[in-house]
Amino acid sequence: MATTINQEIDARGSFCPGPLMEMIRAIRESSVGQTVAVLSKDPGSRTDIPAWVAKARHEMVAIEDLDGYTRFVVTKAR
Amino acid sequence: MSEQTQQKMAIVLFSGTADKLQAAVTIISGAAAMGVSTHVFLTFWGLAAFRRDMAGVPAPMSPEYGELGVQMGKLMQTKGVPAWRDVLDMAIDVGEVHVHACAMTADLLELGKDDLDPVVEDLIGVGSFVEMTRDAQTFFI
Repeated sequence: MATTINQEIDARGSFCPGPLMEMIRAIRESSVGQTVAVLSKDPGSRTDIPAWVAKARHEMVAIEDLDGYTRFVVTKAR
Repeated sequence: MSEQTQQKMAIVLFSGTADKLQAAVTIISGAAAMGVSTHVFLTFWGLAAFRRDMAGVPAPMSPEYGELGVQMGKLMQTKGVPAWRDVLDMAIDVGEVHVHACAMTADLLELGKDDLDPVVEDLIGVGSFVEMTRDAQTFFI
């Protein structure tokens, strides 16, 4: 079953650390169990978003490499 | 990494040029995101960049890089690198960031707390800063 995305943020125009900050804000404003997707062109996001997700103990649902950008899908776990 | 472990970072921000301010706030934002409590000590040019009357005034690039610095500044603009002051606000929004002004520099420049960016929490002496960040990872920028 595909995960329902509750909010998708296009942070492709945003430079480091913008996409990570967008992810943190969106997860903070979500309810537990909700899922957020962030689109990023920042290569740093590739390591930073998973590192933050692990540290903040949420769930990294998917990291999808698309056409020149990456889509990070995270579910708020707590 | 245990949540119980108190992690701290200290940044002595001495520089007031655009490239170094950008580097400082980017590290601060990373620390804020990763739950590391960060204390920033603004001294000399770093404090001058936080004067209230400097708000919105673009800082110059570091002169030691000459033409390369100028090119870097242009690149930062073209690529839409966010303003350093906005990155600091993002960091403060997501994590624990404390900004302190060096009392000695403030005295030298005849600046009171009201002359500084409202993000500055207090004017403290270097002794207090060192004591406050005794167990911190420290950077001098």
